[in-house]
Amino acid sequence: MNNTMNIDTLTQIADKYKSQMTKITRRVTICGGTGCIANGSQNVYDELVKQLALTNIDAVVDLKFEDNKDHTYVMHSGCQGFCQMGPLVTIEPDNIQYVKVKPADVSEIVLKTLAGNSIVERLLYHDPVTGQKFNGTKDIPFYARQNRTVLKNIGHIDPADIKAYIGQKGYFSAYNAWTNMTDEDICNDMITSGLRGRGGGGFPTGRKWNLTRIEKNEKKYIICNADEGDPGAFMDRSILEGNPHSVVEGMMIAARAIGANEGYIYVRTEYPLACKRIKQAINDAKNIGILGDDVFGTSNGFKITVMEGAGAFVCGEETALIASIEGKRGMPRPKPPFPAQAGLFGKPTCINNVETLSAVPLIFQNGPTWFKAIGTEKSAGTKTFAVTGNVANTGLIEVPFGTTLREIVENIGGGVLTEDGKVDMDAFKAAQIGGPSGGCLTKEHLDMPLDYETLTAMGAMVGSGGLVVMNDQTCIVQIARFFMRFTQNESCGKCTICREGTKQMLALLDDIIEGNATLQTIDLLEELAHSVKIGSLCGLGKTAPNPVLATLKYFRTEYDEHVINKRCPTKRCKALTSAEILADKCKGCRVCIKVCPEGAITGELKKPHTINKALCIKCGACAQACKFNAITGVA
Amino acid sequence: MSETTTTSLSMRKFQKVCDILENYEYNNSKLVPILQEIQEEYRYLPEDIMTFVASSLDVPPAKVFGVATFYAHFALQPKGKYVIKVCDGTACHVRHSSALLDAIQEKLGLSDRKTTTDDLLFTLETVSCLGACGLAPVVVINDDVYGGQTPDSVVIAIENILTKEAHNE
Ligand SMILES: Cc1cc2nc3c(=O)[nH]c(=O)nc-3n(C[C@H](O)[C@H](O)[C@H](O)COP(=O)(O)O)c2cc1C
Ligand code: FES
Repeated sequence: MNNTMNIDTLTQIADKYKSQMTKITRRVTICGGTGCIANGSQNVYDELVKQLALTNIDAVVDLKFEDNKDHTYVMHSGCQGFCQMGPLVTIEPDNIQYVKVKPADVSEIVLKTLAGNSIVERLLYHDPVTGQKFNGTKDIPFYARQNRTVLKNIGHIDPADIKAYIGQKGYFSAYNAWTNMTDEDICNDMITSGLRGRGGGGFPTGRKWNLTRIEKNEKKYIICNADEGDPGAFMDRSILEGNPHSVVEGMMIAARAIGANEGYIYVRTEYPLACKRIKQAINDAKNIGILGDDVFGTSNGFKITVMEGAGAFVCGEETALIASIEGKRGMPRPKPPFPAQAGLFGKPTCINNVETLSAVPLIFQNGPTWFKAIGTEKSAGTKTFAVTGNVANTGLIEVPFGTTLREIVENIGGGVLTEDGKVDMDAFKAAQIGGPSGGCLTKEHLDMPLDYETLTAMGAMVGSGGLVVMNDQTCIVQIARFFMRFTQNESCGKCTICREGTKQMLALLDDIIEGNATLQTIDLLEELAHSVKIGSLCGLGKTAPNPVLATLKYFRTEYDEHVINKRCPTKRCKALTSAEILADKCKGCRVCIKVCPEGAITGELKKPHTINKALCIKCGACAQACKFNAITGVA
Repeated sequence: MSETTTTSLSMRKFQKVCDILENYEYNNSKLVPILQEIQEEYRYLPEDIMTFVASSLDVPPAKVFGVATFYAHFALQPKGKYVIKVCDGTACHVRHSSALLDAIQEKLGLSDRKTTTDDLLFTLETVSCLGACGLAPVVVINDDVYGGQTPDSVVIAIENILTKEAHNE
């Protein structure tokens, strides 16, 4: 076959990219992540290209130029992580990052920065508390305190350009693995690196590969798990969108290690852009001769198929995922046999998470001991977290294992956001980590180093990396109910105790929220939680009670308040609250009196009003209409 | 409708399905992507087509129905022209996504049971996470992502669609 990539061509592509980059004097990167696109970054890009054409700046939008002149390069990147502040426009080498850029700001950027070399101060990031200005990613605390390795290239390279990936040493590790290393060496290097699965389980990746490697079979599979079901997590999505080739290369190295000639990527259907980008990456790699029947002239082939999921959380579980690819209902089955022995279509199969696979090329580029040195003794490397909820800077971050929760929430996340939008670390109530299988971390855990072991010991887990920060106005029982409803919905129905047990647990939580509970309800809830844990087959059922158990452990008094005093301390549970007008805040403007459909509010102009609780139907219309936040107890 | 037009209509209907099946070489392990493409075409999975797929792939209809009912993405009833997805993932939930759901239900006269408007213009769904948590709370209407929504802003978005539709008629 002529269309086979060899080392000379690969080097040529990389050299050409590098020499072209030396002709780029300035690079303007517009974030093309889902968050920024939703905020209108495409319009900013279009406007910028339009405006630049009117100037004498020599701007290019791709690297197709052959001349030797200097250029300004305008490009799209994947998610740069700081989604809250999007659309983001980053200008290098000036170390400038403009935030919340609108098309109307573009002319000023062109005039002042790109033509005039000065900074548009008002578009810089301002610290919400101190008002301090920061120029760019080198000093904005959100970035400066991170350790971006897996995410490093996301936001720096054009994800749709395979040459840009090759220019950053991409596919050289795959070449080396396929042509210069034995399968055993690759597995040993992975074991040395200490990389553990990022999909939730934390199983050492090298050992998993080795288990599949030693199976004797003509046909083996490697599967990339991109089902990212944890509601509140988007790391895998960002990697697929922002650096899809790293996943392809990771799969190639894994395939070589275990002896697979076919791979699948199982992507959530809710991620259309991620599907598109990874499909394009696979196609580009095929067209350029990297994937195909004769990988790097070894006479061995490797191909990858993308399969879109169809909206079932349980399909993230590996045996259910396999069933789904086989065209069946995605139900888990008992292990053993493990996928390493009998997986997809009965053949030995290795399943890895997106983030796990995208770390693999880096490990081979920089050496396993480099990776091992990052993080903690037993949890090597870095972990990405999707930091969301009541926090000032939401977005995608990456820190070494062993970083404390405080560092993440306070310094990188910029502190806790209160209900009125102020930043106040004292308002921190809890952080939910690990999604529906995970637990809660509270104030007392703020200074503990986060890694696989400490989290498990605290009744939580690293999980996929969703980290939802909650402020003191969040009702913990409602949070537990939220996750219970999620797992109850997603239970595949195979195990009776999981199917029925989660339903009953949900009903008990509803009793608490609706004021129909007694202390026995809590005992029953706890007892049932343990039964569901023990009696379920797969991880879904085994971990479904975790949010309830964790919140019971740390917030027992809040449950008790609901049950004994029929009171919801945060006033989120409608049935347990009654509307009240705060006399010190009420200005007596009569607005609430006008909107109340039941005529339950009375009072004179400019004097505090009162609510007749017997008439109130808790519709919340008054609270919504009140401009002074004087009405509490109704949503 | 005369008999000939019905047959030609349904023949055309099945021709499209045949093309899809052909594309996947009548491979029954590709059932999920086959159904996805059919749904893309018809906006839902009509019963007669599912039976047709079952006989074509030589599997019992129960298998096809089993798969179709297992996955949340498949719809057995027609969906509206605009599918509104309100994200109820953790991040959106703590930023009060349920208020958005209430507002849309009220605006369109829908409920937890009735999810599609009678004129087949809107279908309202909740999804567990759209992966755009940085913008919570998020609503997606067909392919457009609306971040940082409030009950008022999402109602305005719907009204804009209604006006656009009224103009098209
Ligand atoms: C209910 C359930 C859901 C899961 N969802 C995911 C998921 O969305 N993504 C993922 O990578 N792993 C998920 N897993 C873990 C996988 O089963 C598997 O352990 C993982 O993909 C292995 O990859 P790793 O070794 O690279 O972590 C889930 C497990 C369970 C029990
Ligand atoms: S989408 Fe732009 S920073 Fe995430």
